[in-house]
Amino acid sequence: MTSVRTIARRTFLIGSAAIVGGAAFGVYQINKDAPNPLVAREGEVTLNPFVLITRDGVTLIAPRAEMGQGVQTTLAALLAEELDVAWEDITVLHGPPAQAYYNSVFLGFAIPGAHYKDTAFKHGLRQQVGKVGKLLDLQATGGSTSMKDFFERMRYVGASARETLKIAASRKIGIDLEKLSTKNSAVIVPDGTRISYLDLVEEVRHVTPPDVELRDKSEWNYIGKPMPRVDVVAKSTGTAEYATDMQLDGMRFATVRMSPTRNGMVSYDDTLAKNMDGVEAIIDLGDGIAVVATNTWFAIQAAGAIDIKWASATYPADTLVLRSAIMASLDGETDSTVRDDGDVDMKVAGTVVTAEYYVPWLAHTTMEPMTATAHFTGNTLEVWVGNQSPTATRDACAIAVGLDPSQVIIQTTMMGGSFGRRGESDFSVQAAILAKAMPSTPIRMTWTRAEDIKNDFFRPAIAAQFRGVVANGKAVLVDGKIAGPSVFQKSSLRQQGSIPPGPDRLHVEGAADQPYGIQNFRIAGHLTDIDVPVGFWRSVGASANGFIFDTFIDELAHAAGVDPLQFRLELTRSEHSPSASVIDAVCEMSGWTGTTPDGIGRGVAFTHSFGTPVAVVTEVEDTGGGIKINKCWIAADLGVVLDPHIVESQMISGVIYGLSAAIHGEITFSDGVVEQENFYDYDALRMHNAPKFEVRLLENNPFIGGAGEPSTPPSMPALGNALFDLTGNRARELPLKKTFSLIL
Amino acid sequence: MSKQLLINGSTHNINLPDNVPLLWVLRDEVGLTGTKFGCGAGVCGACTVHVDGEAVRSCQITLADVGGEVTTIEGLGTPNNMSIIQQAWVDHQVAQCGYCQSGQIMNASALLHETNQPTDQDIDYAMKGNLCRCGTYPRIRAAIKEAARRIAEKVET
Repeated sequence: MTSVRTIARRTFLIGSAAIVGGAAFGVYQINKDAPNPLVAREGEVTLNPFVLITRDGVTLIAPRAEMGQGVQTTLAALLAEELDVAWEDITVLHGPPAQAYYNSVFLGFAIPGAHYKDTAFKHGLRQQVGKVGKLLDLQATGGSTSMKDFFERMRYVGASARETLKIAASRKIGIDLEKLSTKNSAVIVPDGTRISYLDLVEEVRHVTPPDVELRDKSEWNYIGKPMPRVDVVAKSTGTAEYATDMQLDGMRFATVRMSPTRNGMVSYDDTLAKNMDGVEAIIDLGDGIAVVATNTWFAIQAAGAIDIKWASATYPADTLVLRSAIMASLDGETDSTVRDDGDVDMKVAGTVVTAEYYVPWLAHTTMEPMTATAHFTGNTLEVWVGNQSPTATRDACAIAVGLDPSQVIIQTTMMGGSFGRRGESDFSVQAAILAKAMPSTPIRMTWTRAEDIKNDFFRPAIAAQFRGVVANGKAVLVDGKIAGPSVFQKSSLRQQGSIPPGPDRLHVEGAADQPYGIQNFRIAGHLTDIDVPVGFWRSVGASANGFIFDTFIDELAHAAGVDPLQFRLELTRSEHSPSASVIDAVCEMSGWTGTTPDGIGRGVAFTHSFGTPVAVVTEVEDTGGGIKINKCWIAADLGVVLDPHIVESQMISGVIYGLSAAIHGEITFSDGVVEQENFYDYDALRMHNAPKFEVRLLENNPFIGGAGEPSTPPSMPALGNALFDLTGNRARELPLKKTFSLIL
Repeated sequence: MSKQLLINGSTHNINLPDNVPLLWVLRDEVGLTGTKFGCGAGVCGACTVHVDGEAVRSCQITLADVGGEVTTIEGLGTPNNMSIIQQAWVDHQVAQCGYCQSGQIMNASALLHETNQPTDQDIDYAMKGNLCRCGTYPRIRAAIKEAARRIAEKVET
């Protein structure tokens, strides 16, 4: 079996030259405008941008990156479902930066309106607008979009490849096409003879792919079943390759110290560091320094020994002043009122409830800190990096080293977690600059944990003010204001150089788009213009708003004297039945009665995000030695469950990520510098305090929903609401460890 | 400056200063990259290896202090010949991003050597130093119990 690395190098290395020369065969119908970036060598064939057949087997060139979410396994299942490849015959590689792999969903987010209200027409409109992503070379993994994007696309790819192979076989053996079938990576002749796909490599070159139709759901063999993950053996034997594991001849090891004030250096003194063990170069990066050495440890030691005077931050220098700036913008200009039903200024009879909320800045803290390996030869740059945005990474690296993008090769490795962080290109660019500074010497760069935390693009702190009215056991008015820095605007400015027009919808997602029928319902977004670098953090706006909005709903339920689960059920039932169904499901799963014994508390929460409604019931217990989270019951509706094992693990993963933030997560600033530096002061849930889980997946949703993010938003309010049930104290601020004696 | 280390059954001559942590000897000098760097402070467990069968944080033990045979994830088993615990990890489809899993498996393997039928409390206590940001804890727990069962069956037969 040819190693994955060999295939990757052969296939991608001269990718751009091959596009010009037209060496690649076949054009996949739906993507006829996007050139195939793959290069078939002798004895190989690329049926389309996604399928490479060599003498060794069938390789899926994955258009999306693996950060743990299982995307490459499910993409392989979608392909294999139509192509009839035996599961053990399929290899998955991440594709090169190329238009063919564009994200067709992202731009559809720009269509106004809450997703849960989508009609077939509006859904189609989102899909059409999304296709503009192709023109922008928008190749990105994120926003829980991969399966929305490829549920059909990848099956068409498989069907097209299968029919093309059948035509090739028909010509080769002179038997009518209609008499041929396919099974286990082979074309089957009526007499039972098998013609392996691998033996059709020459014939298939000359076949034009026909139009194809997808198989009916009743014929599915792979979709809907738990498939063995394609990466699980490698990840259980230490053989999975991350960017920090690259081993190249003559390689050197580097680390960086970047400005923790995010505003560059005044001066530095490397007298001591220069003469330390193993140091080969100290490189001025303008906004920080890098040390290149013969061992990462030497690089880290020397970097720590450099005396650096940083420039002052351009943002308010400490947490409290930043918080005041955010609070002040609650009274400033309104950016959006994308939800404005009825009239919230009308005088409505009933009990008035008001509350203020605040959630802190958060870091991503992936297990693998930012890493990249790069090799510059003078007229080419090759970068191995776990990243969510290959085309943007390629272009940023090209600019940084003064090459044309066609001279830059990006090898997207597996990611040791991402959660949105590896959508940024900062660390890839650093490795590229170091490689250029030391031509022909491959450089493997690894950040320390402190760099990773202090130089993150943070989930912004968010402040909110809510007012509501309940009457006759129902919510009749909700008027909320949500303030904080805009992730969308700041990241657009950073990555594209401009801010797209229109209100920032992401800033209010998780609140403004909730499927609640409330007569007078307005959510206003207020933006705070401060320079702390902010970025996409698992579930983005809903990561803050899920907690804020659902906690307020819980407060309204208690004010109305109604069971909080029934209260949410009532709000969703007439508005969006798939949402009501997931609430019903957690009610049944958890045996919810509305009452709990002494020492036990239960909370329910619900958020509709990324097209998926998720309800969570969380149970907490006062053990006498601290509050323990016993169990979480999760129900979600993604429309169609492509792989129950993977979706279940994403639901649990999203909740643990959310609970970790809810309990521990808080980034603070002093003198413009983040104060946290490692897991001892920025911890997360661990084995001993992670709850038990039970997950149920429903399929009532008319459209396919995302899996990687939607369980994070409701995880936080479900815990806060459970703590209220247990203690009578309402959690209106995070992290919870500051106000509750949780077992840490 | 030169020291002989026995790693996964092979002897390696290491020419590095005494104070270099074992982690960086393994990763950058010997080329065994299955052992991961996560925190450099002994608080995440990603770099866990065995020294004479005991789980240690390789970022916290210097070359000078290594006083026995080192076993890394590569020495525990290979893709074609996995150890019982690795097979249990595969069967339970534990890994997500996978970055912490070498350390989790090495730590769990040491636990099973010490306590062949660990209770939930044993697992909590032994594994609390190994962080997983993907939240694979429920499956890690299940895989440890599965491996314990299989090891017990093997002993009986």
